[in-house]
Amino acid sequence: MVESQLTAAHAEHDHKPRGWRRWVFATNHKDIGTMYLILSGIMFFIGGSAAMIIRAQLFKSGMELVDPTVFNSLTTMHGLIMIFGAIMPAWVGLANWMIPMQIGAPDMALPRLNNLSFWILPFAFTLMLASFFVPGGAIAGGWTMYPPLMQQFGDAFPMMIFAIHLMGISSILGAINIIVTIMNLRAPGMSLLRMPLFVWTWLITAYLLIAVMPVLAGAMTMQLTDHFFGTSFFNAAGGGDPVLFLHVFWFFGHPEVYILILPAFGIISEIIPSFARKPLFGYEAMVYATASIAFLSFIVWGHHMFTVGMPVAAQLFFMFSTMLIAVPTGVKVFNWVATMWRGSMSFEPPMLFAIAFVFLFTVGGLSGLMLSLVPADYQYHGTYFVVAHFHYVLVPGAVFAIFAGIYYWLPKWSGRMYDMRLAKWHFWLSVIFVNVLFFPMHFLGLAGMPRRIADYAPQFTDWNMVASIGGFVFGASQLLLPYIVWKCVRSGKPVEVNSPWDGARGLEWELPTPAPYHSWEFPPTEAVLAHADKH
Amino acid sequence: MKRATLGKLPGILALAVAGGARRAAASGWDRINMPRGVTNVSTRIYALHMMAFWVCVGIAVVVFGVMIWSLVFHRKSRGAVADVTMTHSTKVEIVWTIIPVVILVSMAIPAARLLVRINNNTNPQLSIRVTGFQWGWYYHYVGTHVSFVSKLSASSNAASRLDSGISPTSVPHYLLSVDHKLVVPVGEKIRLLITSVDVIHSWWVPDLGVKKAAIPGFINQASFTIAPNKPGVYRGQCAELCGRGHAFMPIVVRAVSPAQFNAWLEQHSAQQTEAAAGPPATGPSRT
Repeated sequence: MVESQLTAAHAEHDHKPRGWRRWVFATNHKDIGTMYLILSGIMFFIGGSAAMIIRAQLFKSGMELVDPTVFNSLTTMHGLIMIFGAIMPAWVGLANWMIPMQIGAPDMALPRLNNLSFWILPFAFTLMLASFFVPGGAIAGGWTMYPPLMQQFGDAFPMMIFAIHLMGISSILGAINIIVTIMNLRAPGMSLLRMPLFVWTWLITAYLLIAVMPVLAGAMTMQLTDHFFGTSFFNAAGGGDPVLFLHVFWFFGHPEVYILILPAFGIISEIIPSFARKPLFGYEAMVYATASIAFLSFIVWGHHMFTVGMPVAAQLFFMFSTMLIAVPTGVKVFNWVATMWRGSMSFEPPMLFAIAFVFLFTVGGLSGLMLSLVPADYQYHGTYFVVAHFHYVLVPGAVFAIFAGIYYWLPKWSGRMYDMRLAKWHFWLSVIFVNVLFFPMHFLGLAGMPRRIADYAPQFTDWNMVASIGGFVFGASQLLLPYIVWKCVRSGKPVEVNSPWDGARGLEWELPTPAPYHSWEFPPTEAVLAHADKH
Repeated sequence: MKRATLGKLPGILALAVAGGARRAAASGWDRINMPRGVTNVSTRIYALHMMAFWVCVGIAVVVFGVMIWSLVFHRKSRGAVADVTMTHSTKVEIVWTIIPVVILVSMAIPAARLLVRINNNTNPQLSIRVTGFQWGWYYHYVGTHVSFVSKLSASSNAASRLDSGISPTSVPHYLLSVDHKLVVPVGEKIRLLITSVDVIHSWWVPDLGVKKAAIPGFINQASFTIAPNKPGVYRGQCAELCGRGHAFMPIVVRAVSPAQFNAWLEQHSAQQTEAAAGPPATGPSRT
């Protein structure tokens, strides 16, 4: 009865501007969420194309395809595009769509700011991608942009810095909006410890963003003034210190990697209970573990630079603090496994991706534990072992969680069910070939292949070929995703019930399907909240 | 002194001939794992690495085992009924917090010990100044007049040009050979003083267990002692992205007996009458 009243109320208010105005002047969280997700998808395929060229060049020993400078530009831009263009906007897009629906809010708290934080991004990415076409090409010093190498690039250098400033502004505005929304617009009765974990992890992520994006902006501005205004922050010849940049960058960089993965923890923590038909095991422990990981992320940055010659005491500190992260991360993994334990599991595409996430993120976590041991890191650092490690946590980690989220909520967004069979194909191709792609990189790194090299000695050929083949098939199978989404939106079977997943709980599943343009204009009552909580 | 190298040559050649593609059965392991290496440092790192690896395998077997069990037996299609009362258990949660802590401490102690040991750079028997530049290495034996520049060998350089048409497998040690090798004695503690004249590089030879960044404005130290029974040629590469030539600045170390080393040093001192002239002018040498 409550639902039908809501539907009636929504029908009246379900008006929206038509045509391009709907998107350019968008203030609706669902429209903005959609734009974020589409932008993220475009950037994912651009960054992926760069990866395909990299894997083609590395298919065998010998320089045959691209010039070394172009190769370095491609690795650099692949990293920057995937981090800032693909994964971060995907999370913001999912946050836009889901947070208001999950906390019983009618929209984001600051809709116009929301519009601004999205519309900055296309300009930022245009500037970033345009740098490929200026004299000297795109920057080629790695996504970490270490000086003095970074200082050697031409017009692309200031373009990239301004692009990063724009992305930083967008991220900070988005983070403010998310914090304000969660703090102020929760439905009456939705206490903090009643919030879905996706909301919790995003709340913590938003604080991380506000804390570290200005640090990155500061470091990049110092590089800018070193280059154009004669300062010597990082210039040894002028009394500066190149290692200072590394410290400042990684003070941003480590929390940044948790910005990329914490929302994934949230999504996985929602999907596994839904398909195990069982409440999340240790909800509060999950919240505290997330907060601990976020706190620890600020005191471990030195583990990215064990070979730069830090004092032994500092290396010990960073080793111990890094190892400590394994404890709350372990708690999370154990809680997911305990949630599956004695559940009644079914294996729809969101659950498949979530299970693969738990397996493969754990593989990345274990190699991370190995990397934390400083003496061993002396051998691992700067090799393909590191590449394998962070791709395991970011691709079958963050990216799979995004896929899981899309397959979980797409029926709610579109009101239609996607082609399950195709989605399972997408899953199996992805999960098999992501391992063919990244697992051999462990071997390459251990056997001595440095990362970021345009060409390699012949003894590394075998595993590079395997990785490249894995990369090509993995890359090609990702084209299934936009096709599945397009087909679903166009001609999917309409979903008549509020929730197509019988085990799913949460406020978003109390709304009609598709979610009305304006949802929760009247906050959900305690009865609705209680129903949403019930498992 | 050539003989020491020649002793190793057949093995190395066999590897090279076996080629990038075909892994000989004997050499399979070192294509997928860290080399044990030949120094006091590298062998201990290898032991730590293997310990960490087996700990990780153990954790993975337990965690994935429970998960797979659950995936097989607790599925709806088998008629499993969810136990919805299972929401938390303080006891279990304390246990699975404490066990990882114990495992971590047991890994941290040997790692910390080894770290302190590796970073002991006191009392070297030989110091060598290593200066990275775009793109090569400049070596100076401290206290002598011997110094030289070490760059990618001509044959690798020619083959590494874009579309050179030269097969990498036809070049001996493609991208891992230099014009002038760094020669060091076995059985002596050698300290490297590492710096750079332009951008950050990193001096890495896996078999020595040494990787250290070469940073302009800093002098980093690293020490190692090659086992007396392990003379040979050890190859490595720059491990920090340093621009266009990053893939093309290898490091090759030839370890010889102290007597051979002294002879080599004397011969080169005689040749290089002028004092170490300092690293070459920088600037792109690879076009």
